[in-house]
Amino acid sequence: MANAPDLMAESAVLAEAPDPMRPRLFRIAKFTHNTHDTFTVALEDLETGAGIGFRPGQFNMVYLYGVGEIPISISGDPQDRSVVIHTTRAVGTVTKAMRSMRKGDTLGLRGPYGVPWPVDRARGRDVVIVAGGIGLAPLRPVLYHCLAHRNEMNKLVLLYGTRSPVDILYREELESWRARFDLDVYVSVDRGMEGWHGNVGFVSTLIAKAPFDAGNTTAYLCGPEVMMRVCATELIKRGVPDHELFVSMERNMKCGIGFCGHCQLGPVFICKDGPVFPYPRMRNLLSPWEL
Amino acid sequence: MVTIQRNDLQTLFDALERRGYRIISPTVRDEAIILDTVHSADDLPKGRGEEQSAARYRLNRREDDALFGYAVGPHAWKQFLYPPVQTLLQARREGTSRSSGEPGFALLNPEGADEEPAMAFVGVRPCDLAAIRRLDAVFLQGPFQEPGYARRRSRALVVVAQCTAPSGTCFCASMNTGPSAPDGFDIALTEVLSTGPTVYLAESGSERGAEILRDVTCRPSTSEEISAAARAIESAAGRMGRHVDLDGLSETLRRSIEHVRWQQTAQRCLSCANCTMVCPTCFCSTVEDTTDLTATIAERRRRWDSCFTLDYSYIHGGSVRPSGMSRYRQWIMHKMSTWVDQYGTYGCTGCGRCITWCPVGIDITQEVAAVQHPSIESVTPPRENVHG
Ligand SMILES: Cc1cc2nc3c(=O)[nH]c(=O)nc-3n(C[C@H](O)[C@H](O)[C@H](O)COP(=O)(O)OP(=O)(O)OC[C@H]3O[C@@H](n4cnc5c(N)ncnc54)[C@H](O)[C@@H]3O)c2cc1C
Ligand code: SF4
Ligand code: SF4
Ligand code: FES
Repeated sequence: MANAPDLMAESAVLAEAPDPMRPRLFRIAKFTHNTHDTFTVALEDLETGAGIGFRPGQFNMVYLYGVGEIPISISGDPQDRSVVIHTTRAVGTVTKAMRSMRKGDTLGLRGPYGVPWPVDRARGRDVVIVAGGIGLAPLRPVLYHCLAHRNEMNKLVLLYGTRSPVDILYREELESWRARFDLDVYVSVDRGMEGWHGNVGFVSTLIAKAPFDAGNTTAYLCGPEVMMRVCATELIKRGVPDHELFVSMERNMKCGIGFCGHCQLGPVFICKDGPVFPYPRMRNLLSPWEL
Repeated sequence: MVTIQRNDLQTLFDALERRGYRIISPTVRDEAIILDTVHSADDLPKGRGEEQSAARYRLNRREDDALFGYAVGPHAWKQFLYPPVQTLLQARREGTSRSSGEPGFALLNPEGADEEPAMAFVGVRPCDLAAIRRLDAVFLQGPFQEPGYARRRSRALVVVAQCTAPSGTCFCASMNTGPSAPDGFDIALTEVLSTGPTVYLAESGSERGAEILRDVTCRPSTSEEISAAARAIESAAGRMGRHVDLDGLSETLRRSIEHVRWQQTAQRCLSCANCTMVCPTCFCSTVEDTTDLTATIAERRRRWDSCFTLDYSYIHGGSVRPSGMSRYRQWIMHKMSTWVDQYGTYGCTGCGRCITWCPVGIDITQEVAAVQHPSIESVTPPRENVHG
């Protein structure tokens, strides 16, 4: 075919660009059941045997052979590049298929994608982490980061709410964190059950009890939208400046990189402009208006 | 500026074919002007015009031999740059994991897409060139580039036909995308019918366009032809059937989430997604995963999608936009307001397709005007939308 030479040259250059929709293959190095519906995988790159570098709050697109591809946050320790950790709640087609996987199985990953939590902002301030349900998974890297840089910030508080005592995620880790003198952990469940002596009520009810200097606090929130809205309102009421609140948003995602349109929320693409946003940018979008 | 006689226009097609281009242009099929592969200037819709209004499209015959005597049909160029179905990935099952029995797999190498011939788009209307540039922003601006789009787009040659024949649903003049394109093309033609036998004034907009024009039979344009071309374009600007007032539009819409009009129009809207399919700038897609019968080969396919479907915004627990109202509002908001935040331009080019091809004749220009109108009544918010 007699194409003009400049066209050939251009197409050759473009053909070399890696396809961002093509995953890399990873092997499950460790599979753990957390609760009745959540599980954690530790993944190693099939070629390098290692994990990937990421920043707290970023996510991967996880591909299961023949089933589908979904966004899952990275929930491991950002200092540890030996494996990639994902904690997932089995809710539908892909997540349930993933739950039936075991050590040695292969899956595809693309990422890490998205705007991370601004963890450096917490220097010299109190840090309040507010998690609802599986929202604890995307926030765990923030905790790891804070614990690794513990002397850079003042108080460190985790407020975690989940449906019932059997739904408590990372239970052992929470116990060990609770035992630390430099971290305040508060857990609440929506519905108590026999043997539960802890808090009962929505996570927002913990905000009034927790010890932190509201005027000098940075807060990171992740959970259902209603929960984030209520908690943000409570935190602001207590005196946390609204621009010190950060939320992580969730929308349907088919690409993770700005091509498919699905993750739009008003003017933003959750995948590339988020998923983490300063609360003032989301305040009007976190409305019941079906945006 | 050079002038090509009507009978010499074939030399442009010959020059393109000699260079190996697949030529795509407007052509008549089944009583509509669509875009398809052609080989000669005779394949253009000679002497055809059309009548367009809300929910109405009819081809008719013109009294002249114009080749570009119509506005835009149901097809847009996006189908060539970003095809409706694309294979993203193929994987082959390999071995079985000892612990779970699940298959391991390997990714297959993509088929040699480089062998596709480069495309030459002939007869691109300025509004549609503007639409291609909107898509460039989506797929090329980053942070990530879509490699298939990048490859097809960078190789594609664009021959614009400046617009001298707007339709009843056109409003590119108000969107500042037409009726003439100042740049962004390789070659631009203006059809001039008023100076005698039909001629085409041609100018190049790129090195590659200039190189091709050197192979085309033409002569320098006369000043009479040049002013006739300018008059034809100016008259086109005044003959558009629709109008939009851009003054503060994206801001006004942003503040009108609760406007009663959304609810009213949603009662007429069928959520059929026609508007998003014909719109030259709508870029949304979804992905389908399939396996063959024995699950030895898995494939991921990208398919055009529309924000009018319920699945589009599905997250476990339900759709984020369950009501027809919220889906309809998403479409107009995206085209006329949030696109500006995202890409710095309107997402609408004023091509009029969505008005013509809407089965119930919903007219984006009227919708926008109704919201801009100062008498705003509020509606009560829909029920709390709980997901997750
Ligand atoms: C940025 C981001 C980070 C996330 N991090 C985690 C995490 O760390 N752990 C976790 O358990 N879940 C996380 N989720 C939610 C997770 O992506 C969904 O639970 C998952 O997509 C459901 O897929 P499914 O096929 O099992 O469900 P189905 O109900 O069968 O869903 C069908 C399809 O709808 C879409 N979909 C459904 N629910 C969601 C949803 N909640 N969000 C986005 N798309 C959805 C997906 O495309 C999915 O394939 C995250 C979502 C986003 C957007
Ligand atoms: S919104 Fe309608 S008029 Fe505007 S570009 Fe899309 S199809 Fe054309
Ligand atoms: S969100 Fe809707 S209006 Fe916007 S590009 Fe996608 S399909 Fe078109
Ligand atoms: S997930 Fe596809 S555009 Fe954001």
